[in-house]
Amino acid sequence: MAEAGLTQGGFGATARRDAWWLEMLPTIILIGGFSIYATARAFEGAHYLAGSYLSPFYSPLIDPDHKWWPLSPAVLILGFPLGFRVTCYYYRKAVYRSFLADPPACAVGEFWGKSYIGETRFPFILQNLHRYFLYGALVFLVFLWHDVWKALWFDDGFGIGLGTVIMAVNTSLLTLYAFSCHSLRHIIGGRLDCFGCAKAGLAQHKAWSLASLLNVNHMWFAWCSLVSVGATDFYIRLVATGAIKDLRIL
Amino acid sequence: MAEATLRIFRGDQGGGTMKDYRVPVAPGMVVLDALHHVQGHQAPDLGLRWNCKAGKCGSCSAEVNGRPRLTCKTRMDSLDLTQPVEVRPMKSFPVIKDLATDVSWNYQVNKKIPPFQPREGVEWKMQQHDVDRVQEFRKCIECFLCQNVCHVLRDHDKKAEFGGPRFFVRVAGLEMHPLDGADRIPLLKDALGIGYCNITKCCTEVCPEEIHITDNAIIPLKERVVDEYYDPVLKIVKKIFSAGR
Repeated sequence: MAEAGLTQGGFGATARRDAWWLEMLPTIILIGGFSIYATARAFEGAHYLAGSYLSPFYSPLIDPDHKWWPLSPAVLILGFPLGFRVTCYYYRKAVYRSFLADPPACAVGEFWGKSYIGETRFPFILQNLHRYFLYGALVFLVFLWHDVWKALWFDDGFGIGLGTVIMAVNTSLLTLYAFSCHSLRHIIGGRLDCFGCAKAGLAQHKAWSLASLLNVNHMWFAWCSLVSVGATDFYIRLVATGAIKDLRIL
Repeated sequence: MAEATLRIFRGDQGGGTMKDYRVPVAPGMVVLDALHHVQGHQAPDLGLRWNCKAGKCGSCSAEVNGRPRLTCKTRMDSLDLTQPVEVRPMKSFPVIKDLATDVSWNYQVNKKIPPFQPREGVEWKMQQHDVDRVQEFRKCIECFLCQNVCHVLRDHDKKAEFGGPRFFVRVAGLEMHPLDGADRIPLLKDALGIGYCNITKCCTEVCPEEIHITDNAIIPLKERVVDEYYDPVLKIVKKIFSAGR
């Protein structure tokens, strides 16, 4: 039997036999769904406080009484976590493959051809700003842990509600996501050529080794924390609107 | 004995056809064994490159059912033998004959990279934890499967501007070497065009030595390029500290 020999070019051209396009679907569904939900919630500007629970989309809460900012308080802050995820090395892979089809999958043809610029020019050269968003994310984590602390206090004193647990799990996942970041791994030790020659080299090596250990699971932390942020906000919204009552555990 | 059909590319850069060959399948057989059977019994002029048959020489790279693989590490029983097994040459390189490709472009890229240069006055002692990191990069067998699957070379044909994952691994091994003193960051940014890499990780997926090419070599190198060219705050901090000395 004879047929065309060398693998042809063009979008989707491949000799692969598996359903390579299936890889794209979970990314499109999860990121697409989250983007729609988060945008709607960010602009809603309501139902973000339920007792001592504060939605992660609105933390830190700035000008909730609209004294100087007319729009939803979330709009003021969401650029930082959004920028952290957009420039994240893991999400870059996911988005380039699933949304830009660049490439759609390994050894599958694409349509950008010679015009491809990668991350050498605008706009994708801005991906190099990832570490600045990381610094912002670390500051946000302080606020989120403070929110978890506040969620331990109810009108009748100390307690634990289902919302407290959800917020603690969410903030833990976000912490793991931030601490497994490739840029952080570089900054805290990876930038060194010789740990043995640097000041506090052993401590930096330990920090880098720990970040490397977490970094192996960066993809999972990225997905789990994305889902948990949405789920936490959704739970708090349900409680805030009175659709459900918070379950008091302790 | 069970049989399988091998559908092999026969031709050169000017074109060719896929030809079918029936081969007996024995337990433990790999695709390279099947190709050798074809060469030994049906097509003595079949062009293919191989050497060790043990996954260490990196010679027998090809595309099996569209996936870049070492044919000596691809077991026949891992494939669906109810359909013909397609074997094609690596797409990113010019075909010399049948499955043998001209990978000499890689050696030209390699020449651009300054070799190991010890730091001035260096003490020839290394700590184990310093060596561990670069050991991973020494596992590379230069099969060039990562170069073949990288879309910057495969689809965008940026061979003039881009070095490719194999050479980022080599540069990582040198740049992170505890005794090396050469600066290859400008080379990475310009001549090797690391900015073209958009982290899609196909190189890591196909590496037969399971080197974490993207996470351990390319991304750390990209971060070093950021240190040097895209982080104004770090530049100011460095200036302040160097002025204070």
